[in-house]
Amino acid sequence: MTLKNPVISADHLTVSVPEGPHYFFQPTYKLDILIDVSIAVRPGEIVSIVGESGSGKTTFGRALIGLMRPSGGQISLDGVALPDFSKGSFRKVRREAALLFQDPASSFNPRQRIGAMIAEPRRIAGQGGMRRNDLQDLAATAGLGSSLLSRFPHALSGGQARRAAVARALSVVPRLIIADEPTAGLDVSVQGGVLNLFLDIRDRHDTAFLLITHNLAVARHVSDRIVIMYLGRVLESGPTAEIFRAPRHPYTRALLDSEPVPDPKRRRAEPPVIGEVPSLMNRPSGCEFHQRCRIARDRCRIEAPAETPFADGHTVRCHFPLDTPAGVCAMAAG
Amino acid sequence: MNLEFGFNRVTGAALAEPVLDIGDLTISYGGGTPAVQGVHLTVRPGEVVGVIGESGSGKTSLAHAVLRLLPQSAVITGQHLSLCGTDLLGAPDKTVASLRGPGAAMIFQNPMTAFSPLHTLGHQLTDLLWRDRTASKEEKRERILAVLKQVGLPDPAARLETYPFQLSGGMLQRVAIAAALLMRPSLLIADEPTTALDVTMEAQILHLMRELRAESGVAILMISHHLGVIAEICDRVAVMYAGRIVEEGTVEAIFADPRHPYTKALFACELSLIETGISRMPVIDHEALRRIAPVMRGAQ
Repeated sequence: MTLKNPVISADHLTVSVPEGPHYFFQPTYKLDILIDVSIAVRPGEIVSIVGESGSGKTTFGRALIGLMRPSGGQISLDGVALPDFSKGSFRKVRREAALLFQDPASSFNPRQRIGAMIAEPRRIAGQGGMRRNDLQDLAATAGLGSSLLSRFPHALSGGQARRAAVARALSVVPRLIIADEPTAGLDVSVQGGVLNLFLDIRDRHDTAFLLITHNLAVARHVSDRIVIMYLGRVLESGPTAEIFRAPRHPYTRALLDSEPVPDPKRRRAEPPVIGEVPSLMNRPSGCEFHQRCRIARDRCRIEAPAETPFADGHTVRCHFPLDTPAGVCAMAAG
Repeated sequence: MNLEFGFNRVTGAALAEPVLDIGDLTISYGGGTPAVQGVHLTVRPGEVVGVIGESGSGKTSLAHAVLRLLPQSAVITGQHLSLCGTDLLGAPDKTVASLRGPGAAMIFQNPMTAFSPLHTLGHQLTDLLWRDRTASKEEKRERILAVLKQVGLPDPAARLETYPFQLSGGMLQRVAIAAALLMRPSLLIADEPTTALDVTMEAQILHLMRELRAESGVAILMISHHLGVIAEICDRVAVMYAGRIVEEGTVEAIFADPRHPYTKALFACELSLIETGISRMPVIDHEALRRIAPVMRGAQ
């Protein structure tokens, strides 16, 4: 595969919000939600961002299209950096990138029929309305029967709502679709249908996908690359197969081990990782994961690890990356 | 095979009385197709029984029927629905209310909505002990602190003063489990208790539930749509589809060799069981299923 230029790339993207008491409209300190996140998505590539809640994965998706204003770093569209983070610059991004919200039903106008809702982005983008036939074709692409076009959002099931959201995203023929938890709350049988729809769209239009998910099984099957996030930082990223075969970061390893295996003979004696993601308000010193890490040493508590590159674009942010492939031996206790 | 269900797997002792015994239960809403149809299910003391199915399969209706939590429009018919030896079908509301807590306690999917946002957790947990008129305030506090410690909540004394929104979902689910245990129930009904949680927290909560079962011998009815969760914790599993239990057996037997076409389809869709490299994900063809298994008429 020849490497194409990324559709969109974020370089050292940072998002901070003012936090704490305000004195004369001047916030006393800043709360960092994303720190130094660099992710690029190439045409036809599916990249998954995986992490627990509070890892900043949703914020990253929203920051890419300007729903949250980045406070540092750079976003490039087709290799051209946005001059600033103004509304005008993000309008350019939104012409190319569509966001599928986590809860599709609540992202619809309850008083608007599905057909009108699907056609709306084209009008906003200044590409005119849609003819009835085109609308039906578009709905069919998303696996939505034309009878559903005259319905209101409340009359759709979870799977149908998701398909309607995909149809709306496709109306402007985006080159990138950012899907926030596209399979959350769906039954396994419906989940497969939605993922297949993504794969079909990818094959037909060479659309790039940024999948924000906490479901590792989904990420393993559909994505080309995986980015593991924790407390707003990228801890590990690399080709999917490589990450699953040999996770380098103890956190990635713990995430993989946490997924319950549908096999009663392989029950776990101990939970792979204890505790929960610390609050953003008291970000741990050094490596953010050290409090829950089984192999943490003194250095981890003091010094934040830098990104270490491995082969194939696999990078890890850890002082003591693991080198045993997954499933070969249990994580060594430090 | 049937003998295997007749004793407690933890203690190995033979058991006579099931905690929960559901016989031929049918639940319908407003005269339409029944949500639950002719279901038989027993849970013995100390046993963990899973009910797996997709949305609309009737698994939540079944769980809610046990404690009569269904809306007024629900019509429940059947042979018997006995909890701790008391038949609740047609029993007065007072009888059902007296079994809520000591008979069966429930854990819901979303811990955020299980608590009142206006009162501290300590206040709400103390309220649960209203039946006990002899215990003093201090004794109740001791009991609450003991269960909070049991569910692994860090710094329980300080948590009593906090409001639900101050805790994360995982921590709050631990408090919800503690609230259930506070009632010293014979049966714990868990309706998708880990669905709203992260995988790392899910693993911890499942581990906790397994420990609690081993310690206190409480029976658990686990409602889930996740095969992994069922495999992790259950002794027996019932597969529900379109309101009926289509297959039932020990987890080992069902996971090793699913017989019913729907169970097979469910396993075929489980992405974590599939090798990578497939170009398209499997889906369940409900039409074809209906043709193979005519028993499923009335599926949505």
